[in-house]
Amino acid sequence: MAAIRVEGLSKRYGRVTAVAGISFTVAAGEIVALLGGNGAGKTTTLAMLLGLVLPSAGRIEILGHDMARDRFAALARMNFASPYVALPARLSVAENLRVYGHLYGVAGLERRIRELAGELDLLAFLDRPAGTLSAGQKTRLALAKALINRPAVLLLDEPTASLDPDTADRLRTWLAAYRAASGCAILLASHNMTEVERLCDETLILRRGVIVARGSPAALRARFGRETLEDVFLAVARADG
Amino acid sequence: MAGAGSLRRIWALVYRHLALYRRSWPRLLDFAYGPVLQLLIWGFTARFLAGHGGAFAGVAGLLIAGVLLWEAALASQLGFSVSFLEEIWSRNLGHLLVSPLRPWELIAALIVMSVLRLLAGMMPAILLAFLLYAFDIFALGPVVLLLYANLAMMGWWVALGVVAFILRHGAGAEGLVWTVMFGLTPLSAVFYPVSALPAGLRPFAWALPSAHVFEGLRAAMLGGGNGARDLAFAFGLNLAWLLAMALLFRRELNAARHGGALVSLGE
Repeated sequence: MAAIRVEGLSKRYGRVTAVAGISFTVAAGEIVALLGGNGAGKTTTLAMLLGLVLPSAGRIEILGHDMARDRFAALARMNFASPYVALPARLSVAENLRVYGHLYGVAGLERRIRELAGELDLLAFLDRPAGTLSAGQKTRLALAKALINRPAVLLLDEPTASLDPDTADRLRTWLAAYRAASGCAILLASHNMTEVERLCDETLILRRGVIVARGSPAALRARFGRETLEDVFLAVARADG
Repeated sequence: MAGAGSLRRIWALVYRHLALYRRSWPRLLDFAYGPVLQLLIWGFTARFLAGHGGAFAGVAGLLIAGVLLWEAALASQLGFSVSFLEEIWSRNLGHLLVSPLRPWELIAALIVMSVLRLLAGMMPAILLAFLLYAFDIFALGPVVLLLYANLAMMGWWVALGVVAFILRHGAGAEGLVWTVMFGLTPLSAVFYPVSALPAGLRPFAWALPSAHVFEGLRAAMLGGGNGARDLAFAFGLNLAWLLAMALLFRRELNAARHGGALVSLGE
């Protein structure tokens, strides 16, 4: 069974089509990248997968649950991180994680908080207000929040945006290890081609709401005859029609 | 019937706000500021009028009681809607709406915060009324709790309507949080009977639970009965308004999910 199954998914806002009939699956233990320029439909797709935006057509099934009818059962077993959705700045790192631990019904919450804080190098900051953290620390906190319930499906929107290369590299290493250890299905929207090449098994390139290319990073490079995924992306993004 | 999971999620949100207030004394000060300020203005006005004796002497208590009750409705409404706005201001609403938190659990948590704000905001004013003007609102007896309960309920449905409006029109509509109850004050007959309003406005006043609450207050204070009938009317109206605003909230939340407004709410 696919962890994420999307069939004929569309979203229209009046005359504007943000997503136009896309279909894909993400298996357990797989990392899939959603690539695309600004306005390609990545954020709308993620928002529909999370139940934040209702599709105009199509079907989303996550962990066997139809998101149109049974989204709360799926939401309890998935999670999400984005640098564009913040956590309350005045609450400490531990308080933020406690709030989300209770929301997701995490058993042994205090132990889980310390475990995650240890793994993501946040132990020294547990009592610090989230608003006083550096960008890298905030990103690690967002990831800790996203992992608090040991999700079977993880949606990440530009997980390493605004991070320095060293911190971004550590985070990618950690994500790869987490996927291997947990079998979590990860769908990742990113503009960072190095990140996608390193982490992802499958790549979906969106343009004007349509998936215009898909395959592993290596397969896409071969198919388009380019040396890097960034060159593939540019070729696809700038293609006419 | 709320299960353990629901109670835990409601507690998660209440804990989130308590943790916020623990670290922000200006927010706590803001709870009591409005009620105390209004009490001082109307309390000294009442004392001035009482000093002139005659018919004025009898209204002093009504003025102070009116302030102490009406401010509770304001505190209840603010406690609910400002707690919702805190999620928009901190850009946290998106995380909440993609968590297993059900919409009714969000509302329940906001109601708990409303009650806490009402208690924290009104206690200093009630104490001050006793110390400065020798006015004890609890001398009215147990009926005072029913008066407060009705006004708290009114605060919830007004806030629910405001939050629904914010979901539809975005954070640009957040100014309503601080003004909408003031718009209802003239029709609530806080300091005068409904019969003092022009005939054309009276039906609107009677549609508000607050007008019945304050008629009941005057009945209780001036010896015209215990206000039971007025309170029963107020309770019935509150239930009807709560149901109507809950349906409006559900409709606007669905409209926001259709229109993609939740992705950019607060921007």
